[in-house]
Parts: sequence; C-alpha cells; structure tokens
Amino acid sequence: MKCGIQLAVNGEERRVNVPPMKRLLDVLREDLHLTGTKEGCGEGECGACAVLMNGELVNSCLVPALQANGARLCTIEGVSTEGRLHPIQQCFLENGGAQCGICTPGMILATHHLLDKHPTPTLEQIQEGLAGNLCRCTGYMRIFEAVQKAAEAQHAI
Amino acid sequence: MRSDVTGYELNAPPSLQAVLTQIASEPGRHALIAGGTELMVALNTGRLASRSLISIQHLRELRFIRVTTDAVHIGAGTTFTDIRRKEIIARELPMLAQAASWTGSIANQNRGTIGGNICNASPAADTPPALLAYKASVTLLSLRGERTIPYEEFHLAYKKTALEPDEILYSVSVPRAYEGWRQYIRKVGTRNAQAISKIALAGLALVRSDEIQEIRIGAASLADRPLRCVGAEGAVRGRSVAQSDLEGTVRLGSAALAREAKPIDDIRSTAMYRSAVAANLLEEFLRQLSS
Amino acid sequence: MPEHDQIVGTSPLRKEGRAKVLGQAKYVDDLSLPGMWHGATVRSTIARGLIRTIHFAPEVDWSEFAIVRASDIPGENTIVHLTKDHPCLATQEVNHPEEPILLLAHREKAALLAGVASVRIDYDELPGVFTIEQSEQAVANNDAERIIWEGSDYGGTANCFKQYALYSGESGETEDSLAAAFETADYIVEGEYHTGAQEQLYIEPNGVIAECEKDAQGNVISVCVQGSMQCPYYLVHALTLVFNLPEGKCRVIQTETGGAFGGKEDFPSVIGSHAALLAMKCGHPVKMIYDRAEDMAATTKRHPSRTRHRTAVSKDGKLLGCEIEIALDGGAYATLSPVVLSRATIHAPGPYKWPFVRVRAKAVATNLPPHGAFRGFGAPQSLFALERHMDKVARVVGLAPEELRRRNFLATGDRTATGQLLDEPVDMERLLERALDESNYDAKLARFAEENRSSAIKRGMGIAAFMHGSGFTGSGERRLNSVVQVELLPDGRPQILVSSTEFGQGTNTILCQVAAQSLQIPYEQVVIAQPDTHMVPNSGPTVASRTAMIVGKLVERASTHLLDTLRAGSGLALSHTPEQFTKAALAYLDKHGSLRCSARYEPVRPVEWNDELFHGDAYPTYAWAVYVAEVAVDLNTYSASVTRFDALQEVGRIMHPVLAKGQIEGGVAQGIGYALYEKCVWKDGRMMNNQMTNYIMPTSADLPEIHVHFEEVPCVHGPSGAKGIGELPMDGPAPAILNAIENATGISFDTIPLLPEDIFVKVSGFTNPEHGGSGELDPDRLGEFLPEVNA
Repeated sequence: MKCGIQLAVNGEERRVNVPPMKRLLDVLREDLHLTGTKEGCGEGECGACAVLMNGELVNSCLVPALQANGARLCTIEGVSTEGRLHPIQQCFLENGGAQCGICTPGMILATHHLLDKHPTPTLEQIQEGLAGNLCRCTGYMRIFEAVQKAAEAQHAI
Repeated sequence: MRSDVTGYELNAPPSLQAVLTQIASEPGRHALIAGGTELMVALNTGRLASRSLISIQHLRELRFIRVTTDAVHIGAGTTFTDIRRKEIIARELPMLAQAASWTGSIANQNRGTIGGNICNASPAADTPPALLAYKASVTLLSLRGERTIPYEEFHLAYKKTALEPDEILYSVSVPRAYEGWRQYIRKVGTRNAQAISKIALAGLALVRSDEIQEIRIGAASLADRPLRCVGAEGAVRGRSVAQSDLEGTVRLGSAALAREAKPIDDIRSTAMYRSAVAANLLEEFLRQLSS
Repeated sequence: MPEHDQIVGTSPLRKEGRAKVLGQAKYVDDLSLPGMWHGATVRSTIARGLIRTIHFAPEVDWSEFAIVRASDIPGENTIVHLTKDHPCLATQEVNHPEEPILLLAHREKAALLAGVASVRIDYDELPGVFTIEQSEQAVANNDAERIIWEGSDYGGTANCFKQYALYSGESGETEDSLAAAFETADYIVEGEYHTGAQEQLYIEPNGVIAECEKDAQGNVISVCVQGSMQCPYYLVHALTLVFNLPEGKCRVIQTETGGAFGGKEDFPSVIGSHAALLAMKCGHPVKMIYDRAEDMAATTKRHPSRTRHRTAVSKDGKLLGCEIEIALDGGAYATLSPVVLSRATIHAPGPYKWPFVRVRAKAVATNLPPHGAFRGFGAPQSLFALERHMDKVARVVGLAPEELRRRNFLATGDRTATGQLLDEPVDMERLLERALDESNYDAKLARFAEENRSSAIKRGMGIAAFMHGSGFTGSGERRLNSVVQVELLPDGRPQILVSSTEFGQGTNTILCQVAAQSLQIPYEQVVIAQPDTHMVPNSGPTVASRTAMIVGKLVERASTHLLDTLRAGSGLALSHTPEQFTKAALAYLDKHGSLRCSARYEPVRPVEWNDELFHGDAYPTYAWAVYVAEVAVDLNTYSASVTRFDALQEVGRIMHPVLAKGQIEGGVAQGIGYALYEKCVWKDGRMMNNQMTNYIMPTSADLPEIHVHFEEVPCVHGPSGAKGIGELPMDGPAPAILNAIENATGISFDTIPLLPEDIFVKVSGFTNPEHGGSGELDPDRLGEFLPEVNA
C-alpha cells in the first residue's frame, strides 16, 4: 500500500509514491537520489542521517515518510548554493572538520541548526548541539573549531 | 534495517476525533506513533510487533502548553524541544525542563513527545521521575469521554499502563504549586549525552525551619516502571535536615529506599550499582536541603 | 630531499574535502549498478557445533533467490590471511556465533529479510570456550572436547594460533641473568592487567558491490569488487584463491571509505568474496551492505588481552629485569593474530632500558568471531599493562611515577629490548618535562591533593610514556616490496598511482603534498588516482602507520624521478614555474606518448631482523610520546571522566599540522573510549550490545579539550623526515587515565574498560562481596530492545 507524499526538498517540490512507513532517509536516498544523507546506525544514535525538517534538526532514519508529507526539507545538498560553499562548509573544509566524511553531512546540518538557534554559541552549547552526531575520526576538536569559525564568519556577514 | 516497510500500514487521521473513532472501532489493533523516536527504532531493529499504525504527530490538538493559574497543561504531542523552549517551565518546573534536555539528542528532542515518553512506559524514561515528584495528573481521552487520574496511578506493571485499548493520552498536567520548594534532579547515564538512564532521581521538598514538611521522590530504573519512592518519602517526612540531624535522616531515607527499590542487572548496569547510586543521589538531595 | 619544505608542513585543503563537505563523496552504499541485486548472509546462531540440516521454508519462492553454499566456491573455501584456517563459508563445522554459512541474493533488498529468516539450521552443539582462561584450561586439562582449534603450518598448536619468545640476549644467558636479577633485586613487583575487546565503530558499516564475468560455459573469467576498505590488494589475493583466478582477473576498487581503523583491513576479504560469489551465482552485480547490528556482531574487534608483569627493581628505582607474559584472545580463526601478537610482544618493554627482558606471548583460540586489526594492533594492550605497571613499580619503590620513568628511559645510543640501536636522537626526558609543563602537572597534583580532602569529586593526574614503531616489523617492508608510480595525465598534471587508501587519515592529501613539493608545483596541480588495482601498483596495505613514511618516501622518489626525466627530456629548468612544468610535461607527452615513473621500496638503511629470535631492528623508526590525563571521579556516581588531556609526541616531521592534530585528537578520543566507555558484552561468544545505544562511544559532550603538542626530529625514512603517527595516539590514553584515577582515588584498577560499576565495586568492595561490577551486566536484558516492543 503506497501513498503519495509531497515534499519541498532544498527548495524544489518533489512528489513520491512510497509505503507510508518507508523511512524518510530511504525516500531521500532511493526515491529522490539524494545520497548525501547517510545511514550509520538505523537507531537515531549517530546523527549521520540528520536533515532539517521544517527548520528543525531530525534524524531521518526515524521519520516515516507519511509524517514528512507537506514538509520543507533541507539536506546537505541544499546547504551550498550553486556550487558555492556555505560558510559552515568552508569552515569545516579549512579546519579539518571532515576526515572520513561520513558524519559530515549530518554534522553540517546540526551545525546549521545550532547556529540558527545560537548565532554565537559557547563551547558548551556547541557540545550540546552536536552531541547527537557521532564522529569516530576527529575527537570533535577540529569540528568545534570549525563551528566557532563558522559562527564568526556568519556573524561577520 | 530489519523490517520490510511494505508490511506496515500507517495512516494519519485528520483530527483527534477521527483518531479516537478509529481506535474505538478497532481497540488494541493499532499502535499510535507520534515522533517515532521509539517505534521507528523498533522498526529499524525488526522488533515492531504492531503492523498497523496511526500517526498522531500532526495533530495540533495534542501539541500545546496551556498555562492556567493552577497548572501547566502539556499536550501529549508536545515535543521535548517545545518543553525546553517554554519559559514558564524552565522557571517553575525546572526538573521537567532539565529532564527534557537530557532526553536523547537535539534531533530526537525535536521529534520525541512527552506523551510518547510516558506511554512507551520504559522504566528508564526521562520525564516520569520529575512528573511523579511534581504529582502530575494525566488526562485520558476516548470516544466515551475523558478522565483524569494521578500520574502515579498510570504505570501498572512493566510497560503496562492504565490506558484502555480505546484511549489515548491527551495531556499531562503539572500543578503550579512549588514556589519555595527545593528541587533536585539528576540522571546517571552511560555517558553525558544521548544516554539511557542507569538511574535517575527527582526530588521535591518543602523545608521550613530545617524540617521536611513535604517531600516527593521519583526515580527511573529502580523498578519495572517509573517509581514514586513513597517509602523513602515516608521515612524522612517530618524529619530534620539540620546539620546535626542530617546523618540520621539520610540513613533512614536510604534504608527505606533500599527496601522499596528493585533494580535489575541488565545490559547497561547492575542492580547493586543502581541501588548504591540511588542512595547516593538521595543523600545528595537531602544534604542540599540542609544548606 | 628538498632543503626547505614549502608544501609539506603546511595545511592545504584536504584533497577530497570539498566533495565531503558538499555531501557529494560517493561511499559504496551511494552507488548502484544497472541490474544490481542485493546480498545477505545466513549466519550461525550457535558458538560451536556441527551443522546437521538446513531447512528452507516452503512458503518462500526460493527460485527468486540465488543461494551460495560452500560447495559453490570455484576455488578454495578459504579467506586467506597468514594461514588458511578461516573458511569462506562454513561446511560442517561452525566455530563462532555469526559464522557465515550461506549467502542469499535477491533483486529486492526487502525480500532478503524474509529469505534469511526463512532458513532454519539445526546443529549438534559442541562445548565452546569463550575466554583466554577457558581456552588455556582446555589445553592444561587435556580436554579434547574443548580443543577448538587444532594447529596450523603457521606455528600454531592446540588452541593456540601462535607463540613468541623475546629475549634481550641469548635465551639461556638471559634466563640466568634474569634469575640473578630477581635474586638480588631490592623489590620484585608483580601485576596482572586486562583489556577488553573494542569495536572499531567506523560510522560507515562494511559494504561492497561485486560483479562477475563468466564465459559461455558458465566459468568465471573475472571478478570485480568495489567497496569500503583499506587494502585493495588484500582482497585481490583473497579472491584469487576463492575463484582460482590469476590476480589480473580479480579487480578491486576502493570507494570513498567512511572510517576504518583496521576494521576494514582484513574483513573486506570476507564480505568481498561473499558478494563476488553471489554475483557469480545470480549473474548480476550484487551489493552487500551490513547494517550496524550485523557489522558489530559479525566483524572483527580488537584482541582482548591479559598481560602479566614481573619486575626486578633496585631501591633507587633502576629497572633490573622483567618477565612479561602476554595472552591475546584471537577468536575462532587465526586471521592476523600472529602479527598483532608480534607487535604486542615488541612493544611490551616500552621506552625503557631493561638490562634483561623476557617476553612470552601467545594468541589463543576462542569461539568468538575472529578478532582483527584495530589501530595500534597489539601495542595498546601491551602498553596499557606496562604503563600501569610502571606506576605500581614507582609506588613500591617510593618514587613519583615520573621520576621512575626518568631514571629508566631509553636514550640516543641505547639498544632496545630487541637489540635495536637507537642511533636517531631520542629524548624521552625532554618529552616528559615538556608534557608535565604543558599540563601544569605539578601544580595540579598539589591542588587536587588538597581539594580532594573535602570533595566528593576526586581529581587526579596520570602519565603514560611510550613509543610506536612505524611501518611493518623487521623485514616486512622488504617482503611487501611496495611500488609507487607517478604518471602524467594528458593535460600535463601529475597523477599519483598507489593502492594506499584514504579513509579520513589524510592519505590523499599528504601524498599529493609530497609529490607537489618534489615536483616544485602547487599542491592543487597534483592528482591522486582512485585505488583501482587495474590501474595502481601495490604500494602495500594502508596499515601499520606506514603510509606517510614508507609510501610517502616512494612518492617522493617517483616524483623526483619524473622531474629528472622532464629536465633531461624536455629541457625543464632547475627552477621552474607551474606553467613551465605543464609545458614541459605536454611537450614530453607529445614526443613520447606517456610518462610513468616508478619507485620500489628500498630500505634507506639496512634493516637486520631475525623473525625467529625477535632480534634486531624491529621497525625502521619509532615515534615517541608522553601523554598526561587529568580526571575527575565522582564518588556519588562512581563515574570517571577525563577533564583535560595533553598529548605530546615526537613524530619526525609534521607533514600537515591540521591533519596531524586531527589524527592525534581522534586517536586520543578512541583511547578514552577504550579506557572508560566501550565495553563489549558477550554471551556465549556473541556480542549482545551490538547496537549504538548499548555500545557506548564518547559523544562531544563526553570528551575533554585535547591539547596536542609536537616535537620533530626528522628521520631518514620518511619524506621530509616524517614518521608514522596514525596508531601512536591509541597507545597512551588508557594507561594515563587509569594512572590518574589511581592518583585521584588511591584505588588501583587494572582492567579496561573501567566502568562506573567497576569503580563502585572497588570503592565499596571492602565491606561488600564482589558483585555489581560490569562483569555482572546481564546480556539477556537488552532494555529498550526487548522483542515485545509495542504501543
């Protein structure tokens, strides 16, 4: 039993026909061919699947497609503009915030969400904001620095 | 991903009334899914028993925080983020605000609801200890009408609640009665963030002239359901927390807590550890009442 | 070698970084091939036994599936590592939970769930052994029923994959000298130390896509596997045996890999062979991706260890001799255990001058899924034991921990326990001084001692001093015989051809830096090819902290060779602009068609190593380190956390400051996890906490500020003097942390992971019976994942 789901993904209206319990993660990756969002655990623990849904950070492996009907989504593909890196992406790139890169899309979206709510976050707020995104490579230090630099860069704009 | 999603039905009735109608016509057949932070994990791990689900995540009727003079009424569909963002909760019901802040990650707080947290009925759930201490009440709704019961009567056994098959949790109400009360809440998890509770304690006490006039204690992971520690409360109610009497009061409280708590060994922690830490948290709480 | 580094030593942008931050990097699960099917594995549900029958439930239409059994394997039913004891698919015997028995493929991924669930296997169970002690007991008791592994041509005996003995001199003489040393020592200090298994927990699980080409008669003529891995040529080798094909017909391509840490060193040989067999059977490309639960339960982990130290020491703190016994749990098959054991053995005496050393080491067989490579590869286990033990020795003698180290460090001109002459400068004393200084060690010790008196939170400081050998042991590099090529692309840009893989540690970036510097062109102008074994030579596996040093040096040589060729053949001037380089390159291509320059491994200096006796130059060089941990132990919750960490190391040359920092920080984070959080909970050989909710990795809220400090003493082996640093940071954190916890609480802990439950038992244990520690975790009570989850 499939159902029609309408989504605004990265500013574009998309329509898919999927089982209502299909994970939003799989809708993005399989039906919309947006493979930037990753699966790391399937339990909502690692944050690799994080996207912005109606402006809020969510783990897309835990969202059934039906509940995303009518939603406005931002995935990693929507963070840059016409190939121009968003300041967050630029700062991750310049400060070693991405090593193997698999956590990076989710981490960047979590950062996007954090800076949206806290434009000049303290270290504690950064730690809390990113605590749902596991990184096995960096030990988080380079990521914190990237986030702090991104906050400065955005503030300057 | 361990489930075939084509084997599940999910529909989203347009209104609360429609949901109540559906579950009244087929009681017990459907699982209600709000934010999905529990049920979707079950789906992912191949353990979602219920094949037919009803989504209530979109229902505006369930997502509210209404403040009256006596109480704060929180709709069952209110997310943890909603709770954290409500200034009056941070001010008057800090234990609840705190509990919401350490439930999962930001992403899970944006989706998880207080209703789901309560109805999933895990003994380790994060909001129940605070709600028990605050003497919250819960309003249950069905086509037959609504009823409000004390929250401490909601959990009947392991993962078994007072909800009838045709009922839905509508709201949680917390009295605005704690001005001047001392509040304490602490969670001990497997790590600092995004952790399931090994043990958590919420304590609420009214202290006048070094005497505990009234006290409420709620705990997670000390029983097969969230525990209102009436034994420990009874042992210290009316007792002194003056420096010279503190030792004695603590000892009585700890002993009573040890008697009523029945923690288990599981994959995360051990019964003895839970007991010991529960006693330490209780002591920490009582000591704070002394200062 | 260039006189001044202009590119090496700077921090250019990660070569593939832009794609990663854009979310455009393609990991194997992002890829699809036309007509692709999906594959899954039917695994043993018992630890040990004989397969009696296999039932396929009749409700399933099995004609839609491709089924691969051991009997379908065209070549040898083996996953080759060092020996051939590891079956590709079980035939009659199973020796560990999750052992692969059958493979299924189907057009639809979801159908595989039903498929796997519909295969029922009946076993005749046999008794298993699940710990080092149980495995040893079986041998000691001559218990034939519990001899689970018979022996091999690789130097194994019953239940024992491998044994080594390391003597600092001739064995007989050394035994005598040790006996004398213990006889006359002022103190004899004994200790036993345990480390648990650790899951690599790369955020991208194992996955591959395989294709198989057959001739008209249905014989396999070639296979191609792409996927997440560290060592494409290891998989090539595995495939040649499974399919009975020459190397040239087994093509392997590494896709963007989301973390590895050793967990994708040997394991891809298993999943790669499986997917290729399914492709063979179904006639379509087959994708196999493990989900997290399968990856954690079925793939390799760090070897658990037990190390016993017996040390003779004088009353002024001079180490007189040591007897060390190491036992590693290898799991059910040998895989890489002999090599892990070797590194554990060599690192066991640490950075100290021991007049006499004996190390006896063995890797035993248990009915657990085989353990494998994980960053550090035996050294974290040994160095944990050693550095905990050194604190104990210090206490017995009455010296401060740092003073005991000071009095016994190896220095320039000394020989290690294997007799290797340290003729490159080594200054551990200086590293120690600096580490203590950077971490404000003395002042904090004093302050904490005062504050602890009246606080429920006890704070403390601890140190660890250690080294890590870069590159393969002994003659390993010569055996690997690595080759690197640098060629010109049609547009004149140089392209590096190596089988060395990028998985976050910076391979692409540093090798391009080396090439760019050697060629005197901008970093941006250099390209590195995707590791495709049809295109790149075998530069050896991406392991053992060898890539920067060994492969980097080869890239330097090949690049230099290319530059010399352009100078000779195209009139390129000694000093050129990037444009002139391109012009010369194009001119050369115009004239000759192509240019590809090779470099093959040659030891920079002779490496003398005796594998039998463990004597000689164990590694080309070592990186040296002193780490300092600051901890807080909350005696209300018995939780220990690291509140600050200082990591100081001497690494030859920092090729890329940002990457180098990232490597150390990441390694320290994994070390903190190893010490305090990451426990594998086993039941009858099966990992029961095989989910991220229950296997606890530190989050950003759990880790302290990690301060990284470097020293550089260029070594001859690496480009610009670089040594390897990938694994070094794994060795120091655990012992430093437990030393700090002892400083904070006065209680000695000798087992990791150290959980609050364990601290609780010891803190309260003097009056209560031993119970409640993490050994009591109940693996059957999974909490939130109990089967009866419902609304």
